Amino acid sequence: MLLMQDVASLFPTGDPQGPLADGPFVVAAIIKILVFFVAYLVTVALMTLAERKISAWIQDRRGPNRTGPFGLLQPVADGIKNFIKESTKPGEAEGLLFRIAPALAFMPAMVTWAVIPFAAPLPTPWGLVDMSIANLPVGFLFMLAISSIGVYGLVLAGWASNNKYALLGGLRSSAQMVSYEIAMGMSTIPVLLLAGNVSLSAIIQQQQAQGWNVLLLTISWILFVIAGFAETNRLPFDLPEAESELVAGYHTEYSGMAYAMFPLAEYANMITVSALATTLFLGGWDVPFTSWDNTGPWTVLKTLVTFAAFAAKLGVALFSFVWIRWTLPRFRYDQLMALGWKVMLPLALAYIVIIAAFTLALEAAGLRNSIAFSAALFALNVVLLFICSRVLDRGRLISPASPRARLAEVERLRERSAVARRYGGNPSRQREVDTTPAGVA
Amino acid sequence: MAIQVKTVERPLEEISYVKATLKGMVTTFKHLVDPHKVTMQYPEQKWDLAPRWRGTHRMLTTETGKAKCVACGLCPTVCPANCIKLVPGEDEQGNRYPLLFEIDEFRCIFCGYCQEVCPEEAIHVGRHYENAEFSRERFVYDLERLTAQTHPVSELWDPAEPAGE
Repeated sequence: MLLMQDVASLFPTGDPQGPLADGPFVVAAIIKILVFFVAYLVTVALMTLAERKISAWIQDRRGPNRTGPFGLLQPVADGIKNFIKESTKPGEAEGLLFRIAPALAFMPAMVTWAVIPFAAPLPTPWGLVDMSIANLPVGFLFMLAISSIGVYGLVLAGWASNNKYALLGGLRSSAQMVSYEIAMGMSTIPVLLLAGNVSLSAIIQQQQAQGWNVLLLTISWILFVIAGFAETNRLPFDLPEAESELVAGYHTEYSGMAYAMFPLAEYANMITVSALATTLFLGGWDVPFTSWDNTGPWTVLKTLVTFAAFAAKLGVALFSFVWIRWTLPRFRYDQLMALGWKVMLPLALAYIVIIAAFTLALEAAGLRNSIAFSAALFALNVVLLFICSRVLDRGRLISPASPRARLAEVERLRERSAVARRYGGNPSRQREVDTTPAGVA
Repeated sequence: MAIQVKTVERPLEEISYVKATLKGMVTTFKHLVDPHKVTMQYPEQKWDLAPRWRGTHRMLTTETGKAKCVACGLCPTVCPANCIKLVPGEDEQGNRYPLLFEIDEFRCIFCGYCQEVCPEEAIHVGRHYENAEFSRERFVYDLERLTAQTHPVSELWDPAEPAGE
């Protein structure tokens, strides 16, 4: 009896708008983890179906439609098939690493989700429940730290397979993900500059107050999305698994459910990157054009509506992943590296400086926290976008298959070949035989 | 012969990567929402076979239900794949009929010579293609099975009207 009272005293009912006590906090966290884990896996499964459906529609096909209504049971069929298949291991493979690599690829994507707020707080009799699994004050840094672990799964899978194609795929993925991680991290720094905080909830609050970062920090958003595509190894950045070159890349030697973990990890990563893009740039769970959803008192309806808003934004982001996949062909390796290091990183660094200086100037002018601040930032971005499209997007973004020869260079080559013809096909003999400059003779 | 370097000096506005990407996205989106899909829903929808489609064999019968075949032996002779097995028999009236008539659909190359050569218009190739089975033996069609087929038969090419069907 005494014990019952002790347990009950751990769960004091309190102000629905107030903070949770320790007991309800732990229980709420466990419930959130369980619900979220299931929902996340279902989303990943549905994403595999959505990708197949959208791919099919873009290619004028119908896509899977035999298993259940609209093919809704296709992920189940795929899962069953993968589970009952043998998971082979090559004789010379590194046993332990070969086995844990798929898990290493899948885990970080899920862990990142723990800090993403996906709805307005939910009022309960015990207090206000945060709609993120862990509302970390350093959520953003946590996200950056965890997302860099994701590369280990791919590299170790490639290396442990003891297969040259898998190794090449793993090497490519490490080079690519390390390169684009820098651009990705740098592209999000302006977001932190505006929010003045690394907590994701604070970033959402800032966007609710000043407008979405996609308008205020458009270039950051573009860089983040491109780097996000590279981080998830999606087309046009799918070099680690380039079928036409590397059989299947890092997962060449995998089969059964161990193989299935890699595509699942890819979809999990897509969902995570989409959620981050939504949180950092599209206002998180903010419903646009109204402040009804951002202010207390919190209600269950507000939680549901904001969750729907978040899901809708997430859906759009996920759709664009598939959309881009069937639009752009794969980059060449040098194009990939050039874009990451020579275009995106300098652009991100320059943008940090510009935004920092501009914000400082606006603050000095006393315009911080006003509508003029947002308008000025938006105008700045329009100007910067125009400059970028004029300067960068003139054959400098992606290098062509062969370098574009300047007309003067072509003239020089023609002259050289004309001289060579005169001296028996060897232009170096020119100096020995004739000291007259080529143009004069 | 000097090296010819062909350079295409495009105007700068035409080498925009972003513009090309957006254009490509519009194209793929148009296909995405296009209600016309090329996939045929096979078991429900089927192709209309051409009148001269040569598929699974069929033996035509007389009004009394007997096979029209008179066991003349022309079809096993003309068959390039050697897939027809024919043992002729003769009844009391002296009418010839096949004691054994088997076609191995695995060996058959569906050239249609048997139909062309048949003087009685008995054996035909048919406008039919769904002949999957669970065992190899089932692909050897005997006379009973050939006469039991109901699918439409292939039309012969008419030399008088070469372009027609």
